Amino acid sequence: MIPLLAVEDLSYQQGRSRRWMRGRSQFHLGPINFELRAGETLAIVGENGSGKSLLAKLLVGVETPSSGDIYLNGQRLTMHNIKQRCLNIRMIFQQSNESLNPGITIGSILDEPLRLNTQMNAYERNEKIVETLKQVGLLPDHRYFYRHMLSDGQRQRVALARALILNPQVIVADEPFAALDPSVRSQIVNLLMKLQRELGLGFIFISHNLGIVRHISDKILIMQRGMAVEAGKTDTIFNWPKNEYTQKLVNSHQALVGR
Amino acid sequence: MSRFNLYQEEFHPSPLQHTWLEFKQSHIALMGLWCLGMFVFLMIFGPLIAPFDPLEQNLNILLAPPAWSSTGTIEHVFGTDSLGRDILSRLIHGCQITFGISLLLVLVAMLLGVAIGTAAGMSYGIRSSVLNHLMDSLMAIPTLLIAIIIVAILGTGLVNSMWAISLALTPIFIHNTRDFVRKELQKDYVIAAQLDGASKIQIFFHSILPNMVELLVMRGTLALSTAVLDITALGFLNLGAQAPSPELGTMLSESIEVAYMAPWTMALPGGTIFLMIMSINLVGDGLRSALRNRLIR
Repeated sequence: MIPLLAVEDLSYQQGRSRRWMRGRSQFHLGPINFELRAGETLAIVGENGSGKSLLAKLLVGVETPSSGDIYLNGQRLTMHNIKQRCLNIRMIFQQSNESLNPGITIGSILDEPLRLNTQMNAYERNEKIVETLKQVGLLPDHRYFYRHMLSDGQRQRVALARALILNPQVIVADEPFAALDPSVRSQIVNLLMKLQRELGLGFIFISHNLGIVRHISDKILIMQRGMAVEAGKTDTIFNWPKNEYTQKLVNSHQALVGR
Repeated sequence: MSRFNLYQEEFHPSPLQHTWLEFKQSHIALMGLWCLGMFVFLMIFGPLIAPFDPLEQNLNILLAPPAWSSTGTIEHVFGTDSLGRDILSRLIHGCQITFGISLLLVLVAMLLGVAIGTAAGMSYGIRSSVLNHLMDSLMAIPTLLIAIIIVAILGTGLVNSMWAISLALTPIFIHNTRDFVRKELQKDYVIAAQLDGASKIQIFFHSILPNMVELLVMRGTLALSTAVLDITALGFLNLGAQAPSPELGTMLSESIEVAYMAPWTMALPGGTIFLMIMSINLVGDGLRSALRNRLIR
């Protein structure tokens, strides 16, 4: 069976080497390998500055990898084919507040990906926006709202709607739950899991919260200083961590949960 | 807005509405806006309401005093000048010329400045720097001096002074636009738009421009007061609009000869220029503080 998303030897070298910069250590990511099947959830865990967000940016195409390939349904993704990529892999940003344009309404924010990537006319687009807003638990009237009128949880829902509206196959989320309070966080987590079941999405998310990771993910990728130090099934990693850093992470989590 | 809110609904204004609400708080700025509105009205409908032709000379009533003087007539409310032309009609037409041309110049400078500034903000390296500093040398010289140089080369006239002023106004718009575009490009929502597959032009028009409107309006009012001042100054120096034209600065310079005999021929155009610039500055200042207050809250 062909995996939904396969990453092979993906690596990234930050900055071009200049002569007067030689002394400084440069950040190097990878090589990273993983596979994701439809309906599966992959969690990326790691310390700050370990290259998690960079990996997410490489996957959605904000940054260009220096080597390695990304395959979607067995088809290699190139930098030139931005349309194929943005139709199928969508990103949710860390700060939903920043990722929504303050100057235009939610309706026009959601309209933009449809206008640029589909052949729908204005009426169909409107229908689709209403449908997606309902899907993420908002009202059709939220189309006319501006960013500053919504609460944090609602903004996160709009960000999710923006990711879902093109019917993607993979969603990449960079710490989507970080800024939310626990009750809203669990609402959004449940919403995501429900949508994933319904739509068969592949979901990649970055998180520091091992409780959520254990709750929703099927696989885990542990990163440290730009390297994938351990990868595997969630149960395996939580029960039999091999790497030293993973052991520390799991122990700290167990200590918190057990107390 | 009514004092009592019948429905328990939160009022969430859009960014533009919010600016307007903040702007309304300042009575002086609101008064300036009414004044500015009057000038805009005169600019558009002036020729329809002016009682006389501004160039028509009536040699029977030279230097008639205004209506409120004991010897004045109601026919010529603001009196006549040394050639017997009705001052009220000349002022109304003068508003059209001075204010209308200033507005046009600001629009041209804005379009040019925003286009170059955006190109500079969206490109990188030497190209960006060259575009950004293309017109910087013009900022070092006062507008009037540039205008005098251009007029010295091309000859006097309204059109030549217009060239000079619009050239002098452009660099400020370039810098403001570039700084703003640079700042916005760093933000997540622009990256999100990129991931939607938007090209640079689409990003500018759909993501950045809606946020830039207020900045442009504010800068535009400031540039407008500069433009009015320069147009009238050049007219006064006989370098801009030439004698029979009812441009306000030109009228002022014509009236010098009869200033002692007929002070109203000097006071009325001068007062009009003063009112025009004051109202523009009040509106610009009000907008600036409204924007600042909106961003703080």
